Amino acid sequence: MMRTSDDILPVVGLEIHVELATATKLFCRCRNTFGDPPNTHVCPVCIGLPGALPVMNRRAVELSMKVGLALDCKVADYTKWDRKNYYYPDLPKNYQISQYDLPLAADGRLEIPLSDGSTHVVRVLRAHLEEDAGKNIHAAAAHTGVDLNRSCVPLLEIVSEPDMHSVEQVLGYARAMHRLVRWLGASEANMQMGQMRFEPNVNLRIKRGDVEFRTPIAEIKNLNSFRALERTVAFEIDRQYAAWLEDPEGFSIDKLGKQNRGYDDDREQTVFQREKEEAHDYRYFPDPDLAPVVMDKSWRDSVAAEIGELPLARWKRYTEDYSLSPEEADALTQDPETGDILDEAVDTGADARRGVNLLLGRGAALANERGCAIAAVGVTGGQLGELVKMQDAGEVNATAAARIFDILTETDQSPREVAEREGLLAVSDSNQIEQWVEQVIEASPQAVEDATGGGKKQKGAFGFLTGQVMQLSKGAAQPQEVQQILRQKLGL
Amino acid sequence: MTDITELSAVELRDAITAGDISAVAAAEAYLEAIDRIDPRLHAYNEVHRDRAMERASDIDRRLSAGERPGPLAGVPVALKDNLCTAYGRTTCSSAILADYRSPFTATAVRKLEDAGAIVLGKTNLDEFAMGSTTETSATGPTLNPWDTGRVPGGSSGGSAAAVSAGICAAALGSDTGGSIRQPAAFCGVVGFRPTYGRVSRYGVVTYGSSLDQVGPLARDVSDCALLTAAISGHDPADSTSVPADVPDYPATVDTPLENLKIGVVREFLSDSLDADIRQAIDSAAETYASLGAEVREVSLPYSAIDRDDEGNISSHAVACYYIVAMAEASSNLARFDGVHFGHRTAERVRDIVELYSRTRAEGFGDEVKRRVMLGTYTLSAGYYDAYYNKAMKVRRLIHRDFERAFETVDVLLGPVAPTVAYRLGEKADNPLQMYLGDIYTISVNLAGLPGLSIPGGVSKAGLPLGIQLIGPVFSEQTLLRAGHMFEQASGIRRLRPDLAGT
Amino acid sequence: MAKQIDIDLVRHVGKLSRIELTDEQVRTFSRQLGEIIGYFDKLRELDTDNVEPMAHAVELTNVFAEDAPGESLTPEAALSNAPDRRDDMFQVPRIIGTGS
Ligand SMILES: [Mg+2]
Ligand SMILES: [Zn+2]
Repeated sequence: MMRTSDDILPVVGLEIHVELATATKLFCRCRNTFGDPPNTHVCPVCIGLPGALPVMNRRAVELSMKVGLALDCKVADYTKWDRKNYYYPDLPKNYQISQYDLPLAADGRLEIPLSDGSTHVVRVLRAHLEEDAGKNIHAAAAHTGVDLNRSCVPLLEIVSEPDMHSVEQVLGYARAMHRLVRWLGASEANMQMGQMRFEPNVNLRIKRGDVEFRTPIAEIKNLNSFRALERTVAFEIDRQYAAWLEDPEGFSIDKLGKQNRGYDDDREQTVFQREKEEAHDYRYFPDPDLAPVVMDKSWRDSVAAEIGELPLARWKRYTEDYSLSPEEADALTQDPETGDILDEAVDTGADARRGVNLLLGRGAALANERGCAIAAVGVTGGQLGELVKMQDAGEVNATAAARIFDILTETDQSPREVAEREGLLAVSDSNQIEQWVEQVIEASPQAVEDATGGGKKQKGAFGFLTGQVMQLSKGAAQPQEVQQILRQKLGL
Repeated sequence: MTDITELSAVELRDAITAGDISAVAAAEAYLEAIDRIDPRLHAYNEVHRDRAMERASDIDRRLSAGERPGPLAGVPVALKDNLCTAYGRTTCSSAILADYRSPFTATAVRKLEDAGAIVLGKTNLDEFAMGSTTETSATGPTLNPWDTGRVPGGSSGGSAAAVSAGICAAALGSDTGGSIRQPAAFCGVVGFRPTYGRVSRYGVVTYGSSLDQVGPLARDVSDCALLTAAISGHDPADSTSVPADVPDYPATVDTPLENLKIGVVREFLSDSLDADIRQAIDSAAETYASLGAEVREVSLPYSAIDRDDEGNISSHAVACYYIVAMAEASSNLARFDGVHFGHRTAERVRDIVELYSRTRAEGFGDEVKRRVMLGTYTLSAGYYDAYYNKAMKVRRLIHRDFERAFETVDVLLGPVAPTVAYRLGEKADNPLQMYLGDIYTISVNLAGLPGLSIPGGVSKAGLPLGIQLIGPVFSEQTLLRAGHMFEQASGIRRLRPDLAGT
Repeated sequence: MAKQIDIDLVRHVGKLSRIELTDEQVRTFSRQLGEIIGYFDKLRELDTDNVEPMAHAVELTNVFAEDAPGESLTPEAALSNAPDRRDDMFQVPRIIGTGS
């Protein structure tokens, strides 16, 4: 698309729905699970049968408080439940129990790391708890089936201020939120399972000369992946600019306000959604079947005490204290456990740099092979610390350390025990190395000739001989020492 | 031998427990009475004959095995048909639930059965408990056993008529705005609405969530105490149920109260009250005075009845009550939409909206439609503050009135309804007039208080007159004892209609 | 006090309430609802400026259940009252779009 000299600022706010990782639903004790046959986790409450009444899940409230506190929100002293009234088959009571004017948490912020190592702050307007709806399944042409397994599952709705101004910031915020709720154990946030869903609000502020124009806000419903989010926002920015170019006066927020759009996955574009005239008359009122919630200081404090160091704080500490690159810090803060291993190793006096190299070298490779997190490959902080210190002391070299790391994933033994058992301790006994060197010289006359000949092949041949000796030592010899003795013997 | 159906629930329980009467004989006697009498009254929507007989023989078996099946052992009871039972149908007297079978039983019903009661069947009510005459029932009206040209009151009209006619020993009803107390008054029986939160609402098909409460209808106050004790108590399945201990009502009901202070509500004795009822209140006050109680006048300004120049009466409390009840109802009844249970239109529909709208148009009667629409209106954009929120504030003012009154008296005395039982059809075309008939009962619901309706005599025309005792929250014990004192002193108890003429 | 509410308003409320109304019902309800709403307007007389709304007569807070699974219904019991069902799901005519 042609961009003229217009100065375009995308303005994006994001609503994120997160299903909480409770054992049971928000208002009944059916299991909160995914993927089971339809209507196998339902009861009078979540089917909305006559006479059934809701009882609130304490854990869901606590997990929400935890997210609120981690987002630096004010957690309300007093909150209540409101009914949002609208008719839909996946909403069996035809009202959703939600929070209207007194959200559980409000006025927070999420600072997100950007690829250039800087950060950006997105303000959080509010976070409130509500029940999820069931699922409408459009299997047959003429009919829709309704599965209520998801009905009444706890859903935290986190609403940002419109503080994002690029696709990168939107994705950064979404990913940081995803990482945060998983970090806190508040949600598994599995996208394929619909446990995290996005609704971006997008418009543009366009400056042409001294005049500023604002395009109508588009709200795109129910996006289920980062990819869809990325494409939707990018598409909307282009679409709105093009529409504005067509009609700079008419395509404005003052004239058109806000419209709902859906994302068409196949065509990778957003499409206008017509609304019922009464769609926004939800007739909110306090749910008379439920008691309000008072979150006093001692309760808030006890929930806050469960929150450890948050991902961004750790990311900053790693870049500053350990001098890691933004990417390395990012890789180590995917989950709390990986960094915990590193920190535990460092606490034993190990060198952070070497620890990071092992975790992001062998650790990441093994995690990749096994399709798990680095922390799950099976090396503890204590093992890593000892291994790093052995390497520092020259007791094992880098090659041996890597092998020991691999073996440690299968055993509870200490690195020293493994090194001894596998004969991987560094040999600094020069008699032994001399013997190996002599053995190699005898076995490789051609390489010896090349290495001493002074020609083009010299360097390669010397490397070859070193490698042969290292192999004989099973990696236990220090390469520098091998090379020194080899030079001596070859008279170099 | 005495007619089993003449005995009170306490007497019958004692006789069954002592082995003088078998539970099976009691159940048979009542089922026979139902066959004989109910066709003339239509108090029942459904009778659970086989199940009742099975449960009765189970009680007999347990008694002969030396067990104690509970304080209601073998007592045959009736349930208002808005209480869910996992047996039979639960219809709320609505076409939309005509064939609805609940997969679970209401907590209050379960507790009653756990105490040994035998459920005879489900009684008629105004559709979804919305009405004061039982005429809005989709199964047709229940008739008043005292005069079958008159209504039994409502919405628990079927339960009141059944107790009055002796076709159950006692019954459960629900009271959202007077639905236990008013039909009790119209039918000459005792009706008790406990404090909000005293009895679980789990399994009571909801009308007004913040107002509904289950309670007994019975022949005398002792029977009321027996049933109240059986159904009361905290239920974790109802978030509005109060975790408070339940006193032993039956053990204390016949202990007179010393230094009782009775307040007669000034605003309730207006000229819109029938002279006969006014007379019954006055003589009840005299009876209490003769028992040593101190009787004084108290004021509930926000529950006052106003009369304009044209003679139209009005009341802030009635307006407040109907706004709250209808708003809650509009949302509570949204679930009746033909998708997951209940009636669905058989017509071809264009889309889901038409499926909803036609199903509800077919399934709901006019009174339900009126209330759902009014409630929707008061909650809708632009009206919430003027109506619903305003009503919630007035509700607090009404509540404060009661708190202030209870600083000086123990119990309030007043009428239940402004008149005796209406003639059939008398209020049918004038919903507002019907709402105004609830003028003396609705404040109690708004304030969440317990209210006891007891017979205060019979009018010159031969119809029962009700009087009401109101207490502060959780004063059930006091109210029952005060009611029992009146029964004993006045001799007005166990009124029975002459059913020969019906 | 006797006032009518607008026919269009009755229709709108009928739509919001998902109750189909005949023309005759619209006229009757317009009169009846108008009268009742006129009656509700009586509350405007009262000064409630400094009064907190009261949602419940008995005011409880923090009523919770612990997060421990209890019993659910079998699909058979859950669907036993369904007017139409297929493959263990409640069935309705095909719907499009979202509800909220
Ligand atoms: Mg929401
Ligand atoms: Zn459930």
